[in-house]
Amino acid sequence: MSKLVPLPSKALVPERDADKFPILDVRHLGIDFGGLTAVDDFNFTMGRTEIGGLIGPNGAGKTTVFNLLTNVYRPTRGSILLDGVDTLGMSTHQVNKLGIARTFQNIRLFTNMSVLDNVKVGLHNSTKSNLFASVTHGPAFHKAERKAKERALELLSVFHMEDLADAQAGSLPYGAQRRLEIVRALATEPGIMLLDEPAAGMNPSETAELMENIRKIRDTFQIAIMLIEHDMSLVMGICEGIAVLNYGKIIAKGTPDEIKSNPAVIEAYLGKKEE
Amino acid sequence: MQNNQHNPFGIKMSKKPLTKNIVTLTALVIAFAVMLVLSEAGILSRHMRSMLVPVCINIILAVSLNLLVGFLGELTLGHAGFMSVGAYAGCLFSIAMKEILPMAIRFPLAMLVGGLVAAVFGVIIGIPVLRLHGDYLAIVTLAFGEIIRSVIINLEFTGGAAGLKGTPQDSTFVIAFIVVMITLILIINLVNSRHGRAIMAIRDNRIAAEASGINVTYFRMLAFVMAAFFAGVAGVLYGHNLSILTAGTFDYNKSIELLVIVVLGGMGSIRGSIVSAIIITLLPEVLRDLADYRMLIYALVLIIMMLLNASPRFAAVKAQFSPAALKAAAAAKKAAKEGNANE
Amino acid sequence: MMDFLSTLISGLSLGSIYALIALGYTMVYGIAKMLNFAHGDVIMVGAFAVITSVSMLGLSPVLSILISIVCCVVLGVSIERIAYKPLRKSPPLAVLITAIGVSYFLQSLALLIFGSTQHSFPKIINMPAIELGELTIRGNMLITLVITTAIMAGMSIFINKSKTGKAMRAVSEDRDAAELMGISVNRTITITFAIGSALAAVAGLFYGTTYGFIGPYTGSMPGIKAFVAAVFGGIGSMPGAMLGGILLGVIENLSKRYISTELSDAIVFAVLIIVLMVKPTGLLGKKINEKV
Repeated sequence: MSKLVPLPSKALVPERDADKFPILDVRHLGIDFGGLTAVDDFNFTMGRTEIGGLIGPNGAGKTTVFNLLTNVYRPTRGSILLDGVDTLGMSTHQVNKLGIARTFQNIRLFTNMSVLDNVKVGLHNSTKSNLFASVTHGPAFHKAERKAKERALELLSVFHMEDLADAQAGSLPYGAQRRLEIVRALATEPGIMLLDEPAAGMNPSETAELMENIRKIRDTFQIAIMLIEHDMSLVMGICEGIAVLNYGKIIAKGTPDEIKSNPAVIEAYLGKKEE
Repeated sequence: MQNNQHNPFGIKMSKKPLTKNIVTLTALVIAFAVMLVLSEAGILSRHMRSMLVPVCINIILAVSLNLLVGFLGELTLGHAGFMSVGAYAGCLFSIAMKEILPMAIRFPLAMLVGGLVAAVFGVIIGIPVLRLHGDYLAIVTLAFGEIIRSVIINLEFTGGAAGLKGTPQDSTFVIAFIVVMITLILIINLVNSRHGRAIMAIRDNRIAAEASGINVTYFRMLAFVMAAFFAGVAGVLYGHNLSILTAGTFDYNKSIELLVIVVLGGMGSIRGSIVSAIIITLLPEVLRDLADYRMLIYALVLIIMMLLNASPRFAAVKAQFSPAALKAAAAAKKAAKEGNANE
Repeated sequence: MMDFLSTLISGLSLGSIYALIALGYTMVYGIAKMLNFAHGDVIMVGAFAVITSVSMLGLSPVLSILISIVCCVVLGVSIERIAYKPLRKSPPLAVLITAIGVSYFLQSLALLIFGSTQHSFPKIINMPAIELGELTIRGNMLITLVITTAIMAGMSIFINKSKTGKAMRAVSEDRDAAELMGISVNRTITITFAIGSALAAVAGLFYGTTYGFIGPYTGSMPGIKAFVAAVFGGIGSMPGAMLGGILLGVIENLSKRYISTELSDAIVFAVLIIVLMVKPTGLLGKKINEKV
């Protein structure tokens, strides 16, 4: 784990990413839902190979941040620079093409499709086959399909799921569904991947395995990974930079050790100590 | 995971769709050849012969509607509207070109014109309509279908309420069948491609599809326009099979009949749509005594199919008799037998 | 001017019938979260019940109206029990197709029983026309207006003040939470269908007296138009349904009078499309955010 160093903008990123342009640079992001401020003044920077964590009590606005980052919601204030590009006004699929992929807290797979096809949907924008090729199934189509299939199996092998390629996604056991969602997100060739509670519902040994795999994905694909998680062993174990959100505002930022000893964080989680 | 017996977790394997579709198409060609021979040999009654083209038309309509209902997962009740637009465009084209172009060129062009005009209507209607989902989408497509019908009845050049006369009767069984085959191949190819996967992904989870980089608006529009195109082509075939074309036939009941075909055949099953289109088209002719009960039967088909699909008990029975399960059972039996023999 | 006023008044009268039907649509939509496509056909059944009791059985008007209401309530509740209840957890598409099936079923059953000819509706409302200067208001229109207004006022009080009404609003807001609070969701949905169907019976009565003829397909058009009205006002909102219904009736009558009789349906549908494009939540509807 590399230590955090400041960028010219004073945001902290891991030392190895310091000389590269940050993949994600969020400034003063905020959103109001009918007068209610859900997220406010959210500042966050992710290095190109950083594993970052977003934690906080339930209802703090963590998933809202993910929805803002993927343009599911339109921010009321602030800006999101994804790989240096301001994503304001783009649609969700456009920011995905630009390099941000995500998983969902409540798993969202294409349940009636096969595991392989789920991954192939992720490969959609890298599969080169136009509408004419798709309706005529010419040689170009078959070449593109073969490539997509090879790539999909390769990606599935990250989680040793190649054997399940023909299974119907909706019939997979819970853990496999969560893993498939990560594979599908990876297939879109993101620069940064957002994982929304990837360890939810997993037992400690599965969580440990997941932790290993997240690190492996970062190392193999050289991408940034930002995760929302309630499992502190996972967050403290793999995240390099952590932001703590409470009532829509960042109350603390820093390395796992700094977060662990931050009084504001302890207060947010455990409540104010009785005097 | 090649074999079901090694699959203790109840994980369902999906079928290989392409081989299945080749079987379907081959069967269809054989059925066509048989019907053609019977028809030419004069064995088929005149009445049955007159049903051959309508069967083809309904196959095209059902398969194209299935693209929306089964693959995109949106119910539209305006399919008959697109069919009528295509029919009128194609028929007006043929009437205008009757003396100028020979049938061999005129008719394919008429189908193209009908399909394209319907597709253009698909775009025009799709832009507002496709912002909606579910119930709203269904009712708005119904509204558009009804608007199209009332406008056609009120126009001069469409022949108004009296109908359009003078269309050359170019639709033959052979031509209709060729169009069916082209439609099926194009739609089956589409479904089994990157574009088809995108459409099905939207059906299964729109938000996840969008997050996976699928331009949901584009692909919903693509499916909508494709379906409109083929409905238009079917409309042209229909218009060239009759001496008078009246807008009244393209009402909401026609859309419902098509929906019955798709639901009975199984949403998302091309083969099902074909078989069910044949049955539903021929049924009233075969069971003439039941003609009065036809609508009642349609209604019950819709309700019962939906209730059965939702019933877990029926799902269990269906799974038990699915080809995969039967194969697995046979394999298990065989394995047990061999096991006994070895002892 | 007098012409415009009398068109307006007959529009109001027609609109109040739409409002009654739309009320049933919107209640079911709000509480059971489904588009009860068959709602319009319940009107037709109600009207046929009146025709049968008065013209064929020779019963008194009041008794026939009661019979009609009971028939519709029983029908509505049975439809819900048999066809919709097993689909509570099914995708919306399946529920919608089933509802279309039910609508079709009622129509074809009526076709088998009563034939495709239009049956004349008995004149059970006898009220002389009222003359206000040059303006003549037909008696049945006045009755329709007065009674529907009374019913709507009653419904508002019921929904806002009664325990059952509160339960209905709770289920519409959050079904699971309502269940946890001890409200029986099944019972509430049944009551909703019962009330909606009773309103449909009354609407059928007024529709019959207004148009004079009833056939197997009579219900489908006003049904669809009432849905348009419900969407217009904002689906799920009861004041919205009333407002939408009345506006739609007025729009329809004005366009019939001043634009074209044949195109009046097309105009009504165009209104639906415009409303959905410009304000998808309708005039008085709430915005619903999809949860991601």
